[in-house]
Parts: sequence; structure tokens; C-alpha cells
Amino acid sequence: MTVADAITRVHREQWAWIVATLTRRYGDLDIAEEAAAEAFAAAVEKWPADGVPPNPGAWLTTTASRKAIDRIRREGKRDDKQREALMLHDDTPPEPTGAIDDERLRLFFTCCHPALAPESRVALTLRMVGGLTVPEIARAFLVRETAMEQRITRAKAKIKANRIPYRVPSSEDLPVRLSGVLAVLFLVFNEGYLATGPGTDPVRQDLTAEAIRLTRLIRVLLPADGEVAGLLALMLLTEARHAARISATGELITLSEQDRGAWDTSLIAEGHRLVRERLASGVAPGRYQILAAINAVHTSARDLRDTDWSQIVALYDQLVRLDPSPIVALNRAIAVAELDGPEVALAAVDRLGDKLTAYHAFHATRADLLRRLGRSGDARSAYDQAIELAGNTAETAYLTRRRDQLVS
Amino acid sequence: MQFFVSVIHDKANSGTDEEMAAIDAFNETLVAGGHWVFAGGLSDPATATVIDGREGPALFTDGPFVETKEFVAGFWVWEAADLDVALKLAAAGSKACNRRLEVRPFL
Repeated sequence: MTVADAITRVHREQWAWIVATLTRRYGDLDIAEEAAAEAFAAAVEKWPADGVPPNPGAWLTTTASRKAIDRIRREGKRDDKQREALMLHDDTPPEPTGAIDDERLRLFFTCCHPALAPESRVALTLRMVGGLTVPEIARAFLVRETAMEQRITRAKAKIKANRIPYRVPSSEDLPVRLSGVLAVLFLVFNEGYLATGPGTDPVRQDLTAEAIRLTRLIRVLLPADGEVAGLLALMLLTEARHAARISATGELITLSEQDRGAWDTSLIAEGHRLVRERLASGVAPGRYQILAAINAVHTSARDLRDTDWSQIVALYDQLVRLDPSPIVALNRAIAVAELDGPEVALAAVDRLGDKLTAYHAFHATRADLLRRLGRSGDARSAYDQAIELAGNTAETAYLTRRRDQLVS
Repeated sequence: MQFFVSVIHDKANSGTDEEMAAIDAFNETLVAGGHWVFAGGLSDPATATVIDGREGPALFTDGPFVETKEFVAGFWVWEAADLDVALKLAAAGSKACNRRLEVRPFL
């Protein structure tokens, strides 16, 4: 393993833990984040010459701790009161936590606090828990880097000024915090599953794994909650297909062309078990449970033709009633293409043009339907638009090949 | 730490007897919980005077600094360990006075 690989790996595995540890120790998210980033920068500088230390995580935590203390001392000269507060915090034992004592879970709940704007919660979680850089997050949300930097800085300042607590909420407070927390987990998972950015791996398994890990912890806190189970099932059934989703050349492989033998059967079995459990409960499903059920239908089929498309369209109908957004309508149309043919689906997709013109999947879906209808010229321009808007490298490669294979 | 809690409304001195009783009861829980610092209702913004004494003789201007449809009709100052404590109090306070609240930390 090269030094660069070692740094990447320790970043993936330990970033959130280091930030969480420093936050608890010094009581300041901003100091923790900056010190952790500086420690990794020091590793990049020193490890190639000195070699990777025997315990990289401990080296980074110690280095980051030193950087944090340096900063506190530096700022303490200007503001004795703040230094006092921070040093005092250093001696305080960890805050009492809820049912699960996991450093990263506390960090996560702080990042998802309801007093923060929803878009800030996701950005902060990706930065603090996911370890993404600000440019990566800016790219994922299609905003300018300076705007994203500001958003994160503002959120950190709000946490500090209000002393937003660093803890897992009590079981009494947990239910009200839940829907916001699940939304953030879903977005983190999606960013891992369809990572954006030209220099980024198409799949960031560190992010999908972290989202699954945190969702599992939430499920331990709330075992009877249907949407928690639904979201976990959805993630597992999606993650189960990851090995079949990207080709050796880094190209996206669509569901229809995937080698289903490469799917992870144990993840599928666990996902199916959760979906069955929810069906047996008899409680009306929420959005994550419906999405999980759709994925359960896909992962039960031997191939595309074997798929129960009428069941999938029926589930999308159910989802449309809960969430009449154009993105849900677009996904429903993709299923309709398999059930009623591409012409019916294209008519449905075209009706969404006003709302989804900036969304790459809208153009990619249109391109595919036009290709299937033999309308090569129209398909080509739709592929062009999709390629221009797509941020995922594997998806871009797939769309490019499809476009270039069109008969003119 | 302390929080400044504004009561947001479009009328001053508009509390009903029922609301005033609920606010009194809520205030008692604040005192009992050690959160009470100060509170007060404010007269209509039209009674305000803006003063600029930065240069030369002070200049007095009639009326509120900013004209808005809704304004700070009253306020509390609370002692609370962190935002979660303040938010919980604010949820009960908002119900008691039947108005929206804004919670803002002191520096």
C-alpha cells in the first residue's frame, strides 16, 4: 500500500472519529474541524519521508490535538474569557448520552440540529461526519464554493453562539428530530452512491457505509419506527447492487445490463427481511418504506423481463400520493416504459420538462426513451444535455458511449 | 448562558385575560426552574423615538427605526444551559402567550 493510499484510507475510516473526539475535548466544532484538516495536511507532508506511523489514527489525533491547543492559546491571547471556557470544557467529562454512546452519532445529531437550515444540516454532516471537502460539497449541491463555505461557517457559528449541545437526544426528544435526521442520512447515502465531481470515485463507499452505519444506530434507538426500517432496507438493497453497477472501465451499468450474480445476497436478504417486517406491521408505509419495497421488487427478479413492473408502477402511484414531486413522476415514467412502452413514458416525461430541465436524469431518461423509439437525432441532443449536466464520472462515461453508439 | 426571547406580533398590549393567565403560569415555571431573568411587554412601535447622538447635538426622530407589519411586542431574558433547553422553554412559552417567539443568544 502506498503512503497516499494509507492516507486516503485513514481519512475514510478515522476522519469523523477524530473530529468527534476533538469536538468533545475542546467543545468547538470549528476548532475540531480545522485541527483535523491540519493534521491530515501534516500527514501528507511528513509520511512520505518518515513512513506511515504504526498507529495512524493515534498519530493524527495527537497531531490534531496539538494544533487545536495551539489555536486555543493563540486566540486565548486575544480573548481570555473564551480560552477559559474552552480549557474548562477540556476537563469536563463527556456529556451524558442517550441509549447509544457513539462519538460519531453525537457529532451527527449536532450537525442535524433542527435550529439549522435544512441545507446547512446536510452540508455540515458531509463535512464533519463524511469528511468531504467544501468544493466537493459545493459541487454536490450545485452551488458556488464561496457560498458553500459561507453556509458551513454560518452553521458552525450558530452552533457555537447558541451552545447547540453535542449529544444524542433523549428518547423523549428523538421522534421530533427523526424526519430531518433521516433526510440527511438519505442525502449522504445518495452522495456516496452517485458521487459528484470530475476527480471523484463514481461510488464513495465510505459515504454509503457511513450512512448505513448511522442508520443502523438510529434503528437501535428506535426499533419500532417504520421509516427508519424502510430507509435502512432501501440503503441495503441499493448497496447490494454496487459491485454490479460500475464496469471495470469505470462506466455505469444500468439495472437492465447488470450481472445479477454479482449482487450481494446477504444484504438483499437483510433488506427483504426488513420490507417483509414492515408489510406485516399493517401500518401505512411512508416514503422510505415505499422506495424500499420498489427495490425489493427489483432485487427479487431474475432479470429485467422477470421484474413485476405492474407492482413497481403501483408502488410509484402510492409514492406520488405522498410526494407529488416531478422527480418521483420521472421515476414512475421509467417504470411505465417497461409496462406500457417507451412512447407512453416519453409523453409523461415530456410533461415534466418545465420543472426538470436542469436535472441530468431528466435528459438521460428522455435520451434513452428516444433511442428506443428510433429517434436518433433527438436522442443525441438529449444525451448531449444529460452529459453536460451529469456530475458522476461513471454516468458520464455511460451516457457518452450510448450517444456514440447511436446510428445516425 | 442567557437568551433574549422576542415575542413577535402585529399588535402591542393585545393579550387576552386567558393569555395573561397562561403567561403568568408559564413565568412561574421559569422562576421555579431557575430560568427567569427578566421579562416585559413593550408599547406600540409608534411610541418609539430614535436617537442619534454620534456626532454633535443628539438628533431625535419620531417613530420606530424600522417599520414592519410585525414587531417585538414583548420579551424575556432566560438563563438556559444550551439551545435545546431554550427551545423547549420557547415551545411552552409560545403556547402560553399564543404568539410566535424568536430565541437569540447573548454574546
